[in-house]
Amino acid sequence: MKKLLLALILVLPLVSGCTKKENEIVIGEYDSLTGSDATFGLSSNKGVRLALDEINAAGGVKGKKISLVTLDDQGKNEEAASAVTRLITQNNVVAIIGGVASGRSKAAAPIAQSNKVPFVSPASTNPDVTKAGDYVFRVCFIDPFQGMVMAKFAKENLKIKKAAILRDVKNDYSVGLADVFAAEFKKGGGEIVADLSYQAGDIDFKAQLTQIRSKNPEAIYVPGYYTEVGLIAQQARQLGVKVPLMGGDGWDSDKLYEIGKEAINGNYYSNHYTTESTDPAVTEFIKKFKAKYNETPDALAALGYDAAKILVAAIERAPDLSGKAIRDELSKTKDFPGVTGKISLNENRDAVKSAVVIQVDGNNRKFVTTINP
Amino acid sequence: MQDFVQHLINGVSLGSIYALIALGYTMVYGILKMINFAHSDVYMVGAFAAYYFARWLGIENNPGFSTLLTLIVITMICCSLLGLVIERLAYRPLRNSPKLNVLITAIGVSLFLQYSGQVVFGADPKVFPEVMKDFVILSIGIVEIRSFDVTVLGVGIVAMLGLQFLLFKTKIGRAMRAVSANPMVASLMGVNPDRIIAFTFIVGSSLAGIGSVLVGMKYPKIDPLMGMMIGMKAFVAAVLGGIGNVGGAVLGAMIMGLSEEMVVAYLSSTYRDALAFGILIVILIFKPAGLLGKYSVEKV
Repeated sequence: MKKLLLALILVLPLVSGCTKKENEIVIGEYDSLTGSDATFGLSSNKGVRLALDEINAAGGVKGKKISLVTLDDQGKNEEAASAVTRLITQNNVVAIIGGVASGRSKAAAPIAQSNKVPFVSPASTNPDVTKAGDYVFRVCFIDPFQGMVMAKFAKENLKIKKAAILRDVKNDYSVGLADVFAAEFKKGGGEIVADLSYQAGDIDFKAQLTQIRSKNPEAIYVPGYYTEVGLIAQQARQLGVKVPLMGGDGWDSDKLYEIGKEAINGNYYSNHYTTESTDPAVTEFIKKFKAKYNETPDALAALGYDAAKILVAAIERAPDLSGKAIRDELSKTKDFPGVTGKISLNENRDAVKSAVVIQVDGNNRKFVTTINP
Repeated sequence: MQDFVQHLINGVSLGSIYALIALGYTMVYGILKMINFAHSDVYMVGAFAAYYFARWLGIENNPGFSTLLTLIVITMICCSLLGLVIERLAYRPLRNSPKLNVLITAIGVSLFLQYSGQVVFGADPKVFPEVMKDFVILSIGIVEIRSFDVTVLGVGIVAMLGLQFLLFKTKIGRAMRAVSANPMVASLMGVNPDRIIAFTFIVGSSLAGIGSVLVGMKYPKIDPLMGMMIGMKAFVAAVLGGIGNVGGAVLGAMIMGLSEEMVVAYLSSTYRDALAFGILIVILIFKPAGLLGKYSVEKV
């Protein structure tokens, strides 16, 4: 009997915790707050929180405050899936802001779709993510576009004819970018002289780089994450490979330069926005972000911010808080003035917007050019 | 041809990294007949100890031989302490339990260190301080031999010779071999097995400490999960060479490093890990005790 009572006392707060508070709207978020690419998740989470704090400070939505429940997916696909299930069944969220990595979104989005809960990913660029269904959206451009941007940049701006690819085979994102880059680059008469791979977590890339060196490419496309790219750049320079490296938005982190040091300088990557922009929306965002977190926001923070703003705007416009109403309003998003550009969602629920090419210059990111869709 | 020489150098340099970690596995196994899966995480903690001490002492941007030496000594001390604590809290209470229990505990300790490492140190990668300048020692055409590679290989060989000396030429080494052969009889002969085992953990963990500084120097990215793959490879290298055999660990590590390198060079980079482990399977089928290991019959 005593044990039963004790069990009841322990369980009661859990049960009462499940009842919805009337005066707030709960939005769920999952992200990699720990794990090998945690800086992405942490950045994006900071952007989301900044946006929601601003909205709450301005009086909230529909007269209610927004509360955010953030779960950690530890950088694992299966954890992302269970986080989304938990957000829907236990926290009764009205909508979910997804994670950064595409692999995780591919695992989590179908669950949101089958429960008819709107899902907005800030930065999952793999094309398949939004194919999960009509409740799944994203505020970033997709991989084919990024791959195309760099192929175009290599051909037109760097005047390159022979390129090599070094891709992270374990990563949907990296493989997607590499495939599109290869296809686009060959289209204009370019040649891919080597297409090699590595796996996230590797620390030695000299075997691949020695191979690439013997093929004499004029540039190497490394669409991986900053953790490995920093080491790859160093080892490439150690082997005497002096041609530029190129990459995608996975490079965007202050750690890139810390790990790669001088070796990473002067290399190019495509990104969602540039801190050098003079657009008042961007400068205002950077100011607020610095005031709150005392650091410069990277692209993922900006995307997290935009994702939260677009979602809340849709909630505001929606007649009620049902998943369907919010979904319908989300799909009508057009020319939304985001930090990462004017965002319109197309019929595939993907954002249509331009990309910028950035050159690494120490811890700064030098804007090179804008490439339109 | 130049490429082939370059691949050889890369392979040996990778192998010497594995060798440093493999020696720790082989050491503990040789004396205790248990696989200390937490070894690679002691190595991880060592890397972080070096990172924080370098910042604390203000020597993080002061590359030179004295910096390297200071950090090696500090990490050796930190790792030994951690090794002792693990032995005392996790392994000693299980000294008389079945081998399987100790094995599972070791895996548990390993996971515990990995994930509490993420809480304590933060999950995002840190950048290891620059402890030495990397420069070219010898260059033949486009092939270069760099100081880092030579240092790592040199330390690996010295560690191997040092261990051999310790085991076969010193009194404590004889005691270690005695405990390895039969702890009960050894204690009847006046050897204190608990102290010898603690000493084994000090030596093994110190090796992990040396390894962590050298790996951090060469691949300046450290994170709480850094021990996982390198630990696995080093463990395989130790088994390949004949676990418990000090020379075998180094030989196995070289085979691992070179085979990985050649697989990427002449087959496909995707097969890198698969083939390295494939070699292990083949060798274990034809020579179950490993290349230099002695086949021994378990007495029942």
